[in-house]
Amino acid sequence: MTKILVVTSGKGGVGKTTTSASIATGLALRGNKVAVIDFDVGLRNLDLIMGVERRVVYDFVNVVNGEASLNQALIKDKRVEGLYVLAASQTKDKDALTEEGVKKVLDDLKADGFDYIVCDSPAGIEKGAQLAMYFADEAIVVSNPEVSSVRDSDRMLGLLASKSHRAINNLPPIKQHLLVTRYSPTRADAGEMMSVEDMLEILAVPLLGVIPESPAVLNASNAGQPVIMDKESDAGQAYEDAVARLLGEERPLRFITAEKKGLFSRLFGK
Amino acid sequence: MADPTDTAFVLKGRMLTLMVFELHNPNIVQLAMRLKEHMAQAPNLFKNTPLVVDLSPLQDGFKVVDFPALVSLLDNHGLTVVGVVGGNEQQRTAAARARLALFPDSPGRAVSEPPGATTDKTEEASSTEEAPPAPAACDLVVRLPVRAGQQLYARGGDLIVESSVNEGAEVVADGDIHIYGALRGRALAGARGRGDARIWCQSLDAELVSINGIYRTRDDIDPALLGRPAVIEILNEKMIIRAFG
Repeated sequence: MTKILVVTSGKGGVGKTTTSASIATGLALRGNKVAVIDFDVGLRNLDLIMGVERRVVYDFVNVVNGEASLNQALIKDKRVEGLYVLAASQTKDKDALTEEGVKKVLDDLKADGFDYIVCDSPAGIEKGAQLAMYFADEAIVVSNPEVSSVRDSDRMLGLLASKSHRAINNLPPIKQHLLVTRYSPTRADAGEMMSVEDMLEILAVPLLGVIPESPAVLNASNAGQPVIMDKESDAGQAYEDAVARLLGEERPLRFITAEKKGLFSRLFGK
Repeated sequence: MADPTDTAFVLKGRMLTLMVFELHNPNIVQLAMRLKEHMAQAPNLFKNTPLVVDLSPLQDGFKVVDFPALVSLLDNHGLTVVGVVGGNEQQRTAAARARLALFPDSPGRAVSEPPGATTDKTEEASSTEEAPPAPAACDLVVRLPVRAGQQLYARGGDLIVESSVNEGAEVVADGDIHIYGALRGRALAGARGRGDARIWCQSLDAELVSINGIYRTRDDIDPALLGRPAVIEILNEKMIIRAFG
């Protein structure tokens, strides 16, 4: 059975594409056949984060319009077995996607035996974002620890519960997860950021993980390598935990408390 | 004087108190669910109670009422339907066909339009001033959080939210509003002119609260009350917010 995951947030710049790339890679590293699709038509980014930008020939819109076959458009990742990228079109606008077109691509991927389809949603709540989440079985709502991001995530959770294929057809609801990104325990402790508890209290959905604010994320996107592959980094490990939880494993939360400065770091002024 | 043995019966006019079942939603399935929830709280309260079904909340619509199903549903809960009051021509004909008595519309019914209410005059006035705050049949119960951008309206009844009403969400009720989580968004009770409506919440953090058109925004709420369980009501045309619990 193919599972369709949407990575969404409402707000822009919170880490949807970083998350899509790492979750898709993490699932593939565990032996799944995974396709990750960039729904942000007109502002494509996923290909850069995945490091396949020089290999894009055909894109999602080409497939939807029947100008290319799915096999022609799917870009096979060179590092991870079973991982495929479907890039967004840079030249078309968001109206290029239709519900029937998206459904056909997803159905074809299902028929191809993919275990997971990760849909990287554009920001906002307009057509592109609605199409990205419409057919989802599970949703990862990405939120930064600040009020505007949380409010937008709340809005998105409401849409997931009312405007999706599952909601409209009275099927079991989309399984929702919260992923907190760019979290800084020190700043949360100082009251400059919302705490994870505050976010959970408002959003009231299960927590998939907390990704710490980390220079590794920027380094990874510069290198065109999903941060989950940087196994030494805190962010990479936090994404690895999130993937494990997505698959039903229990993992304790890490990177949510401020590091206490030990004697050594104080002595050496670290 | 007639022979007492001839008195097989005597006809008398007498006032009897009957319980009135105000029907707001004729959907039998939803009704069955609401009744079940309601009866679970006090299973024996209504044993063998005669009942008149008040159709007036439905009379302006074209709602069809399945009287045989309604009668048997209520009967299962120990409520015996003896007749109907109110309703439109079709509904009353259907009730008569189900062998229910047709009570004339009670003259004492107060069709009151409270002063200052912006209620549309063509709307039915289903609320009698004397109506107890007893839950009407169409109370709306919500289990999940009401999220930003969502709007809920309990038409003709109370609204009960078992979770929170988040910032950017709006809940409206013609009756009372109960929120068993935090109220962070907007809540408007007594929306069609009920000054006695109230709002309760477990934690007050509202963007706006309004009862019968009298409102207060977050800035006008005493900061000492924020984050606490609170009840909001109107007394002498003034909004009173007090903490409880």
